[in-house]
Amino acid sequence: MVSSPTPLKTPLKGSQLKSDIHSEWCPGCGDFGITNSIQQAIAGLGMKPWETFIVSGVGCSGKVPHYIHTYGMHTLHGRSLAFAQGAKLANPNLHIIAAGGDGDGYGIGAGHFVHAGRRNMDMTYVVFNNEVYGLTKGQASPTLAQGAQPKSLALPNPTTAINPVTLALACGYTFIARSYAFDAKHLKETIMKAIQHKGMALIDVLQPCPTYNNIHTKDYFAEMVDVGGSQVPRVYYLENEGYDGVVKNPNDINEVNAKQAQCFEQAHKVEDRVALGVYYQIERPTFQDILKKNIPLLNEFTPVELPYYDPQTMIANTDLSKAAADFTI
Amino acid sequence: MNRTHDLCWMIGGPQGTGVDSSATLFARSCAVAGYWVYGRREYHSNIKGEHSYFQVRVKTEPVYSHTDPVNLLATFENSTAQLHAFEIVDDGAFIYDPKVTDPAKLDLKPGVLLFPIPFDQILEEIAQATGKTQTSLSIIKNTIAVAASMALCQLDISAIEEALNGIFTGSKAKLVSLNMQAATKAYEIMKNNPDTAKFNYVMEKPATVPAKGSRYLLNAAVATGLAKLKAGCRLQTYYSITPAVDECIYLEDLSEYGLPVVQCEDEIAAINMAIGGGTTGVRASTSTSGPGMDLMTEGLGWAGINEVPVVMFNYMRGGPSTGLPTRHEQTDMLACLFSGHGEYPKIVMCPGDAREQFYDTFKAFNYADRYQTPVTFISDKLLANNTVCFPKFDDSNMKVDLGVMAGKDAKFDENNIEAALQKFPRFKITEDGISPRALPGMPGHIYWMTGDEHCEYGHITEEPEIRIPMQEKRMKKLDLAAREILPEDQLVVHGPENAPITIVSWGSTKGVILDTIKVLKEKHNLDVNFIQIRLLSPFPVDAFKKAMANVKRAVVVESSFGGQITQLITMRTGIQIEHEVLKWSGRPISETELVAAIQEINEKQSRKVVLSYGL
Ligand SMILES: Cc1ncc(C[n+]2csc(CCOP(=O)(O)OP(=O)(O)O)c2C)c(N)n1
Ligand code: SF4
Repeated sequence: MVSSPTPLKTPLKGSQLKSDIHSEWCPGCGDFGITNSIQQAIAGLGMKPWETFIVSGVGCSGKVPHYIHTYGMHTLHGRSLAFAQGAKLANPNLHIIAAGGDGDGYGIGAGHFVHAGRRNMDMTYVVFNNEVYGLTKGQASPTLAQGAQPKSLALPNPTTAINPVTLALACGYTFIARSYAFDAKHLKETIMKAIQHKGMALIDVLQPCPTYNNIHTKDYFAEMVDVGGSQVPRVYYLENEGYDGVVKNPNDINEVNAKQAQCFEQAHKVEDRVALGVYYQIERPTFQDILKKNIPLLNEFTPVELPYYDPQTMIANTDLSKAAADFTI
Repeated sequence: MNRTHDLCWMIGGPQGTGVDSSATLFARSCAVAGYWVYGRREYHSNIKGEHSYFQVRVKTEPVYSHTDPVNLLATFENSTAQLHAFEIVDDGAFIYDPKVTDPAKLDLKPGVLLFPIPFDQILEEIAQATGKTQTSLSIIKNTIAVAASMALCQLDISAIEEALNGIFTGSKAKLVSLNMQAATKAYEIMKNNPDTAKFNYVMEKPATVPAKGSRYLLNAAVATGLAKLKAGCRLQTYYSITPAVDECIYLEDLSEYGLPVVQCEDEIAAINMAIGGGTTGVRASTSTSGPGMDLMTEGLGWAGINEVPVVMFNYMRGGPSTGLPTRHEQTDMLACLFSGHGEYPKIVMCPGDAREQFYDTFKAFNYADRYQTPVTFISDKLLANNTVCFPKFDDSNMKVDLGVMAGKDAKFDENNIEAALQKFPRFKITEDGISPRALPGMPGHIYWMTGDEHCEYGHITEEPEIRIPMQEKRMKKLDLAAREILPEDQLVVHGPENAPITIVSWGSTKGVILDTIKVLKEKHNLDVNFIQIRLLSPFPVDAFKKAMANVKRAVVVESSFGGQITQLITMRTGIQIEHEVLKWSGRPISETELVAAIQEINEKQSRKVVLSYGL
């Protein structure tokens, strides 16, 4: 029977979700904060580590599954979403969290990024956005602004940056948020919201890379900026500014249009400040919902449970006669 | 009038005019009448308009290949007449529409019998009787051509009706009577033609008519689809490519069996999604062709180092690059064997016909699970598209092998969270190379996977003391597979012992080789046997050397320029095979060609015979 995962009665402590592997990240790297927040979110939701599957690509950030005590899969550069979707299709009872770099997700994996959104697979994707390729020594990632020249670049970046928030909007992501690696509380809460969201969720996490990105550093995010003559923190929260990204009635086309326009506008705002929060959220049928409609058997069994042999004799017992009738002579 | 037990029929026309349906109807009608049939489909990489044709060979005994000149050509348009008229044997026949074709302008042999059929008149009569427009009925020209052909060969018209009943089922059943009206008229016209009695290829009745329902008429794409359902495949991914897409579409249509078929954004997603499915314990596969396989190789390597069961089907077609997208070739073998960087244990299977493809597909999933490694399954356009008649496959006793599983019964005890959080040495170094497997979702068996070299728990390492035994453990699985896979699934010797000539080949050439061996014996009293290689990796080195021990003259037969199996044999066994029959025109080797080629090698000891027949 298709069962849905139940939370633990006694939730774990975040520390129980640390693996016994020593991290290889540079001191001060934003990846620590993100990893910690993923652990806190899993613990906070009472998720069972053995029903949780962290899937990453390749890069510094690609190593994240190794540091979390759940099932983990560190795949190929850019391919985490393809692997993750396969795992989810096979066993929809697993909580899937895909995680990895901006080069990984928006560069080499851009094709998969687009189509995962179109499918609205029920999973969470956390992108560690440091604007550089950390593991290959600081080349420009797809989110680095044109003309920017972090210390690792010989020349200013010649190409423009993509906007992950509006890209995700265009692709059909049903939960789109932005958070910051060292804002533990906001990041943990955002990850929890994303996991609870039924559908494809993206969290673009701003991640300082102290080794190669000397522009958007931890200090940069901590600075105060001048807005209309008064000094305010650079990082602010959309929800506190009266911004509400959640579509209340997905069938109300006017509301959907308005929320999408608002998301687009907010994501493209040219400002000195950095806005965190949920940019857009909507409930839409997931890939599993549609699959169950097309393939009624999947309402009774998940693919991994669907029987096909006699467990005593191991003899395959699917009856082919109906399919074979068409070409039986 | 003679009687024949072997007839080659052809129909052709612009793509999209129903050439396939005519051929299906003719093949099915002959099969229903008790004959054995083999259908060869040729088409351009184009949707509508370009020339396509279908050959159907009918025999009183099982048949697995086509012959070159045809006995009977049927067409209702002129391009087929112009292109193929020269192929009709000198006492053959030509069925055509006199409104569009003037036989005097064709390259016909002088003895060919001409049978004009008034296609339009028949359609008009039916249009009047049914109140339908003549244009809406034009597809029925196919049935007319088939019925005329059946009458000429003195096959019973009732077979057409039975075949139509098999083809048009459910909501389409009402089309049967419409088609039968046309068939009956065409059949009568042919019967009343005095020349009909002169036709030399009247089909002899089969000595024994196989029992109803005892045979299948299918291609290997369908055979594989069935086997995937039988094997419990629970995730099929693909990105559209000819000819692999046929299998995927076939499976998509069988949704009642519960197999999700996912059309991905590209082949990279297709293989990696399938591997993602494999990691969680479903039997997963993807199907592609050459260009797609190139894109999949990085993923296969990941599955190799992470010991994930997954099956990749490569339906070869003409290469390199997009090459001949809808034509036949056997040239991805070396790419399949050597694809992907680094070293990992590859199992590479190569069935020889649709029947083998059914059983081998089922086994591919067992091997993937048992040896916890990707399995590459090589088929090709010929197998995927050509129909063949086989006794019904016996699927009553096919056993599932899931390999060594740990933690299947693992239960979560709320009071013992520590036990549920236990790590599991998924990549444990073992004597035979197989580590027991657990799956995400199981309590007490947490582990990791990475494309990097890793320790027993799946964490990254670069330590030689782990790398050395870990790589050795993985590669040992090939030795185990070589010992365990049944000898007959690795290599088969067909035909008489001590033959003066031995053919060595693999894959879809099996059919034409078996037919050729028979003809060479019956008509030319020449004994030829055949070493069929069925497993490319691990290569059956000892069995091959043993089979070659008494060989007098060995000939490789392959649809390629370079003789890939010749190269592989030398590489694996040191044996150098001197003679080759090769064809790289994109068209399959015919029995006629192969009989002549083997005779030439026997008489003149030619080192290499290059074949090129066919449009
Ligand atoms: C197919 C392929 N191409 C290139 C690489 C090399 N490579 C490793 S990590 C990386 C970039 C990672 O950057 P990003 O995803 O931004 O992650 P970060 O290291 O910044 O966390 C590249 C290009 C690879 N592993 N695979
Ligand atoms: S290079 Fe940058 S992203 Fe990579 S570990 Fe060091 S600080 Fe982190």
